[in-house]
Order: sequence, then C-alpha cells, then structure tokens
Amino acid sequence: MIWMTLLLVVLVLAALWASMTTALLRAALGLALTSALLAVVMFSMGATLAAVMELSVCAGLISVVLVSVTSLTQRQPLKEILANRRSRLRRYWPLPLVLIAVGVALSFVHAPVEIALRVPTGDGDVRTVLWSLRQLDLFGQILILLAGVFGVLVLFRKEAKHDD
Amino acid sequence: MTIEIPQSFWLYFTFFALLLVDGLWCMLATRNLVRILIGLEILMKSVTFFLIVAGYLSGRMALAQALVITVIVIEVVVVVVVAGVILGFFRKHDSLDVGNTRSMKG
Amino acid sequence: MSHLLLLVPFLAVVVLNLLPKRARGAALWVSFGVLGLEAAAAFVERFSSIDSSAFAWLESVFGFRLAADHLSGLAMLCAGIVGMVALLVARRTLKDAGEKFFFANLVLVALVGINGIAMVRDLFSLYVFVEVTAIATFILITASRSGAANRDNQVFEGAWKYIILSVIASVLMLTSIGFFLLSAGDITFDAVKGALGAPGSLTWVAMALFLCGLFVKGGLVPFHGWVADAYTAAPAPVSVFMAGIVTKASGIFALLRIVSSTMGSALPGREILLVVGALTIVVGAFLALGQSNMKRMLAYSSVSQMGYIVLALGGDLSLGILAAGLHFFNHAISKSQLFANAAAIEEQLGTLNMDEMGGIGARMPVTAGTTAVATLSIAGLPPLAGFWSKLLIVLALWNAKEYGFAAVAILASLVTLAYFLSLQRRVFFGKTHPKWAHVKEAAPGLLVPVVALALITIALGVGFPFALRVLLGGGA
Repeated sequence: MIWMTLLLVVLVLAALWASMTTALLRAALGLALTSALLAVVMFSMGATLAAVMELSVCAGLISVVLVSVTSLTQRQPLKEILANRRSRLRRYWPLPLVLIAVGVALSFVHAPVEIALRVPTGDGDVRTVLWSLRQLDLFGQILILLAGVFGVLVLFRKEAKHDD
Repeated sequence: MTIEIPQSFWLYFTFFALLLVDGLWCMLATRNLVRILIGLEILMKSVTFFLIVAGYLSGRMALAQALVITVIVIEVVVVVVVAGVILGFFRKHDSLDVGNTRSMKG
Repeated sequence: MSHLLLLVPFLAVVVLNLLPKRARGAALWVSFGVLGLEAAAAFVERFSSIDSSAFAWLESVFGFRLAADHLSGLAMLCAGIVGMVALLVARRTLKDAGEKFFFANLVLVALVGINGIAMVRDLFSLYVFVEVTAIATFILITASRSGAANRDNQVFEGAWKYIILSVIASVLMLTSIGFFLLSAGDITFDAVKGALGAPGSLTWVAMALFLCGLFVKGGLVPFHGWVADAYTAAPAPVSVFMAGIVTKASGIFALLRIVSSTMGSALPGREILLVVGALTIVVGAFLALGQSNMKRMLAYSSVSQMGYIVLALGGDLSLGILAAGLHFFNHAISKSQLFANAAAIEEQLGTLNMDEMGGIGARMPVTAGTTAVATLSIAGLPPLAGFWSKLLIVLALWNAKEYGFAAVAILASLVTLAYFLSLQRRVFFGKTHPKWAHVKEAAPGLLVPVVALALITIALGVGFPFALRVLLGGGA
C-alpha cells in the first residue's frame, strides 16, 4: 500500500511539473513522464494490456506529436519569453498549494462507499471482453481513426496549399 | 449486495482529484495553445486513471481495460487533430497566443 | 438490419476513397444517396417486419449489440433529411472540389456516429459514438476556407471552444462511467437501470455527471457558451448540419435515450430537467434578442429550442417523450432550413449582419417566404408543425401539474416570436436598401431544399391530427 501511495505521489508531482515548467519542450517531456508513471501504476494494479497501450501510445506517440508541434511553432522573441516567464509564475504558483489543500481535505473524508460485489470468477480476460463483448467499441475505434486520418489530410494538407 | 472498501477508494479518489485539478488549472491559467493541449492531456490521464481504479476496486479489470484501450485511441486522435488545428492557427497568426482571437462577442 | 446502418455509410467512405481522383466529383451525390437511404430506413424500422434472417449472417460476423426502435427511427429520419439539405448547401457554397470531397466523407462518418448514438444499449458505446460524431464535426468546422475571409479568425475560435468543451464533456462522461463501474459493475443500460432502482451515493453522482456531460454536448445552460461561436464560425453547410442534427443527437437525443431506457415514470432527475430546460429556454431566447448576426441569432434560438425538448422530458413522461420527439423533428426541419436560408443570404449579400440588410424580401421572395414559414413554426404559430409540438409540451407539463413551467414555455414563445419578427423586419421588410438593389434570388440548388422543408412544415402542421393517429397506430 505504501509503495502505491508513493507511486501516486510521484505521478502527481510529474503532472505538476508538466504544468508548471516554463519551456514547452520540458512540459511535453513531463507529460511523457506522467504517462510512463501512469503505465507503471496500471501495471501494478493488474491492468497489463492497458499499461502497455498507455506506455506505447501516450508516452510514445503523443510525445512525438507534442514535440513536433512545439518545435514547429517556436518563434517567440526572447523579450516575450522572459516577460511571459514572470507572469506565468504569478498565475501558477498557487497550484501546488491548491493541490496540497485538496489532498489534505480529501484525506479527511471517510464516508463509506458502496462498491459492487466482486465477481467470484473474475470477469475474464481483456482480449475476450474486447473482442466478444465490446466489438462495437472496436468499430468505434476504427471510425475514430478514420476521422483522424481525414483530420490529418484536411488540416495538414491545407497548410501546404496555403503556403503557396 | 455491496462491499465497503472505505480506505482504498478515497485514497485513489484523492489522487484522481489532484490530477484533475492539475489538468484544469494548466488549461485555464495559460494563453498558450500548446499548453492548453497539455492540460487537456493531463485531464484525460486523470480519467484513465480513474477508470482503472474503478475496475480494480470492483474486480472488473477486464472490462475497465477494454474501456481504457478505447479511450486511449480516442485520446490520441483528439491530440493529433487539436495539434493540427494549432498548427493551422500558428501559420495564420504566427503566434500561439489564444488571446489574439477574442473577436467574437456576445 | 441495424448493423447495416453502421456499415453502409462506413463502406461508402471506404469506396469513395478508393475511387480514382477523377471520379471523386461524385462524392457529394454518393453521400446524398446514402443519406436518402438513411431517411428511408427510418420508415422501414417503424414497420420492421423486415425479414431479419436475410441479414442474420451479418449478426453472426459482427457481434454488435444494437437495438433499433422507434426512437432510433426518429434520429435516423432527422439525420437523413438534415444531411441531405447540408449536402445540397455544400454543393452550392463550397467552392473547392477537395473541400466538397472531404465534406461528403466527413458527413458520412458523422452519420455512422449518429446512427450509433441512436442504437446503442450501453453507456460507454454511447460515449464512443458521441466522440466519433464530435471529432468528425470538429474537422468539418475547420476544414473549409470558403466564406468571407475575415471569418477565419472566428473559425478558429468557434472550433476551439467547441473542442475544449467537448473534451470537458468527455471527461464528465468518462468519470461517470467510472462511478457506474464502481456502483453497478457494468455500464449497459440495463445495469444502469438496475443501479438506479436501488441507488447509493455513487449512483447519484454517476448519473449527475453523465447528465452534465450531455448538457454540455447539447449546449444547454449553463454550458451553452460554445454554441453561438461554433454555429456562426462554421461554414454554411456545416452550420446546417450541426444545428440540424449533431448537437441534437449528441446531447439531446442521448438524453432522451437515457431517460427512456433507464428511468421509469418516477423520474428521479425530473426537477433537474425542468429547471435546466426552463433556464435554457429563457436564456437562449433573451440572448437571441440582442443579436445582429443572423447565424448567431439562429444559434441562440437553437439553444432555446433544445431547452423546450428537455423541458418536455420533465413533464408527464409518456406524453413528454412524444412531445420531445416531435419538437426534435420540427426543429431539425425548420432550423436546418433557416440555416440554409442564411447560407443563401450570405452568398447573395456577402454579409450576415442584419443591421446592414433591409428590404431583401422584394429581391429574394422565396427565401423570405420560407424563412417566414420556419420562424413562425418555431415560434409555435398554428397551423404550422411547431404549434403542435409546443402544445404537446405544454400539455405534458400540465398533466404533471407543473403549471409554472408550462407558463414559462408559453411566455418564452412570445419572446421567440419577438426575435424572429425582428429578424424578418430587419432582413426582409421595408424598402430595399440601395446597396442590395442588384441582389438576386438564391440559386435553385439552394431553393429546392428550403422549399421542400417549408412544405413539410406546413403539411405536418395542417395534417397533424391525422398523422397523430397514424403515429399512435404504429405504436409510439
């Protein structure tokens, strides 16, 4: 139990760093770190397949996307960056305090919570569930990916035309 | 019909809440579009975490994982599409400041 | 049979993209055909004595858990009609062939999403298809560069607000699903119904969160902030599509589905629906009053009308669902027609600022006439279709002894009439401003759909008592 708590604390710290750090590239890195830690948490709770997916897709793919976008949009003059830095600290310094406050407040809550009875035989293997019970979701995933492809075609191709 | 697991639930819920607040704050306290995207991602992570916790506590890990896998796919497509829009905005305005666009009122 | 509704549009997209570049011009018409089939399928569903064994092999291959009923048929009919109108508008207003192609494809993807929403039996699948529709719509908004150049700033802002609030809605719905997993162990509608039968604190939280997510998607108060910007910023055919079916399906229809599938007549959340509905009606109506931009006024009007649908659900449930369904249909017909009219005006005048217009009526009589029909129908004037749905809503409230809310519904109709008359006056009546002396009536491609829709509005209104007998005979 103590290791899990520690892990979760580090997870929140990583997310906090990702939000508060000044450079966008570092923030993207922080996000990748958060994803990796989340994957570890998921793995230790027994969600192996989901953990692998989180690690490869989120910590991997999304970080690539974020880093690409960041590097493609770096054009702020130095003065702006410095000015931004000051105002950003002003906007963000309450965040850790708020988080601590929320954490402390919630730790005092001990209301009983009714959770559904555990299924005695366990609810099966992920792969069976995914392929036999939740086929509709799989079809939905295909649709989303299709929409994503159109999005890429529309949003990125348009810019090529625009630059002419 | 139910089991009470008071201690564990609130522990996990606390961390879910912390991640949620962090993501929301990140999204709201900035004018930089990419940072808003990062905040959005942190939000999605918090929800992913909550779904796994729900599966863990109720013993329905297979179902929770199936849901999370779908959520992750949706998440990545959303990020790519939003990134595309941000790029489009940047190429048009040469800035990532969302404050430049308060042209709509009412 | 229900599987076809998901697979056919999907296959159409696949086929369209496998075609050689030269054949892509046909994309809009292929899409149009699929949407026509969609609308027709709604009627087939209603008399669903279709031989299902013919499609049984489909069901053995794809284990989708779908169920199409009359409520689904309603969504499908609206989606089909609105989609066809949107495509006709797109044909006229989108200049670039590439844009038309993407429009046709994305509409089909959104259609699968809407069909999914109409037929699922599960909270998470509902979420997935809501996301499909949202992402497709979002790309549609940002896809086109047609339209006045100064709108490009607005395109981004409208799309951005939509995507951000859409993600927040997703977070709300997913958190809710997490809570349902904890309290009920499963997320099918039956499981949720069971959980609501013996609700613990987790179940209440879960339901509240999911409803909030749907309120955001449907643009209900206090989450209506994105609607006006998104509808105004979107290119003309996309506005038609969004106002006509997307917002309705993702938010309102999903709400209808959840209410009818998981809650009995002793509706626990009734008060919430009543309050949210009433607030939405009033706020939407008053915000519409002060608008100069025609599409913005129509957008706030849509917000207000969504409130009516939700309000109906707070009344006597069996009548309420009928009233809500009818208002759903009427609004889909009339609002898409109005946005199509706005597209025509935008094309002819180059502006949507109503204060700059004046006396267009003489130059664009058909547009003026059909606008009059649609606005009066939405305001609830007899003998148009909108009158009947408003009447049913008030009756549903009256039966449930919610006299105060019934009064709100009636009084808000007056405000609705007010802002629509203001629209008519500013745009169509009076002497023709010299700037618009050269304006011509809209092209036939735009006139055909609006005239058809206006005729449907009139026919439904006049023939409603007869239609009601048929509807009830078919078993609502």
